[in-house]
Amino acid sequence: MAPAELSAQSLSPAHNAVSRRQLISSSFAILGLLVIFIALMVLLALVTSLVLQGAPRLNWKFFTSFPSSDPLEAGILAAWVGSVLVMLTTMLFAIPLGVAAGIYLEEYAPKNWLAALIEINVTNLAGVPSIVYGLLALGLFSQQLNLGESVLTAGLTLALLILPIVIVTTREALRAIPNLLREAAYALGASRWQMIWDHILPYSFGSILTGIIIGMSRAIGETAPLITIGALTFIAFLPPLPIQPEFPFISFEWLTAPFTVMPIQMFNWVSRPEQEFQVNAAAAGVVLIVMTLTLNGFAIYLRYRFRKGVKW
Amino acid sequence: MVEELSLPKLNFPTTDLKAEVQDLDFYYGTSKALKNVNMSVPARKVTALIGPSGCGKTTLLRCFNRMHDLYPGNRYDGQIMLDGINILDRKVDPIEVRMRISMVFQRPNPFPKSIYDNVAYGLRVQGLTKRQAVDEKVEQALKSAALWSEVKDRLTESAYALSGGQQQRLCIARAIATDPDIVLFDEPTSALDPIATASIEDLVNELKQQVTILIVTHSMQQAARLSDYTAFMYLGELLEFNQTNVLFNQPAHKRTQDYVSGRFG
Repeated sequence: MAPAELSAQSLSPAHNAVSRRQLISSSFAILGLLVIFIALMVLLALVTSLVLQGAPRLNWKFFTSFPSSDPLEAGILAAWVGSVLVMLTTMLFAIPLGVAAGIYLEEYAPKNWLAALIEINVTNLAGVPSIVYGLLALGLFSQQLNLGESVLTAGLTLALLILPIVIVTTREALRAIPNLLREAAYALGASRWQMIWDHILPYSFGSILTGIIIGMSRAIGETAPLITIGALTFIAFLPPLPIQPEFPFISFEWLTAPFTVMPIQMFNWVSRPEQEFQVNAAAAGVVLIVMTLTLNGFAIYLRYRFRKGVKW
Repeated sequence: MVEELSLPKLNFPTTDLKAEVQDLDFYYGTSKALKNVNMSVPARKVTALIGPSGCGKTTLLRCFNRMHDLYPGNRYDGQIMLDGINILDRKVDPIEVRMRISMVFQRPNPFPKSIYDNVAYGLRVQGLTKRQAVDEKVEQALKSAALWSEVKDRLTESAYALSGGQQQRLCIARAIATDPDIVLFDEPTSALDPIATASIEDLVNELKQQVTILIVTHSMQQAARLSDYTAFMYLGELLEFNQTNVLFNQPAHKRTQDYVSGRFG
């Protein structure tokens, strides 16, 4: 930003060209700022209107009531419990499978055309529309394996859905660890598994966890595949508790229970003609957004914690 | 040919050999990186490998702990004998080799763990679990690496809190904690400032009382200062191997002469 009198006695014969390049450079900065501003404003407006609309319903009773034909009585108990259980099942399958597959592909598999093919396909799977997973799950889990319209089917479906995300982020996290550290472990006589378990995995744990949580926050908002496999839209009971008062104290019956989840409950309310139900939908939307943001915030915190003091 | 083969074993006052390289060829895929290398590694001495870059000195060093096994397509031909066993034999597990021949790398590469855990890792891998025994070994190794007085009050702190020179000494402590037969140094001071370099060199001098040292260096001065024996390598071949003062003052080969006098390299 040269002052006017200085530009009069320009330093180089290319003065005009330089000013033009500077002008282009600063106009992009302004354009970028404008675009960010618009995007954020739209998002903020959406969330704000949702919160304002849903606010009257956001009370304790909303969380502890089953759905009802009376919008004032209706709540999200079945939905949030269902969401939590389905997420739990998803985690149970997606984390070990995804992380193990990522470790194998990155650390064990020979780097040849087959590995390249698998890599491309895993990445492509991340882009497959979720309803396709729903159809697959309907045929495979629900009918072929006869798991029915259960929490287990839903968990498996969403696990499949986020598996590519978990695999890809695991591989990226492992790849980010410098080879020098691998060699350091090997040079001390570590086996490949010791090198992975004692070193590479702990060092990349934060990044892997971030990937898992990002996958989870995608899964928690999924509606289409769960509708496909036959999630209920109106449910007035809870699955049996995983922890029982009598022996053997732990029960897995909840896995086979029918269920609904937050986005489906929301979808159900939105499609009702009564205005009052729209308020419920907005309130459920707010809860869903808070759930997702909490997950993402947690991921950011973990990444910060694990990366603190670790640099290479 | 006969002359070349006999050279490495020429007039050594020491008969105490730790390891012997015999007719070693090494291939990265199809390219031959080491050609018929023969040399001896005298016990409890410092042996330096020098030569212009790309001559194969690091390649040779990494044969000693089978580091090449980590990457596909590499192939050894010939022997490195240690206690009557060819450590390059396919039937010898590289892990066993690495448990007896440890390595210090070009850049300090401590694990992002505590100072204590860094030194203890090799011991734990070898199955030493008794807390007290590990404690003792860690202290001993840190003392040998001239690091104990600087870190004894902060053993639980991250190794990344140490300076570059301290990190390299920590890596040396890590490498000697398991009482290896040979310690390999791969240009251990190339990433360090002159003061840290001097402390590492002092340390190497101290360590040769207890352990056999093989060091790759690109600095002829360092080889001259540190080593008892020097091998000069050129284009994958070991051209000359002798006591350091002989090799530097009365080199047998014209090329060695040119290199040590700084005419190329």
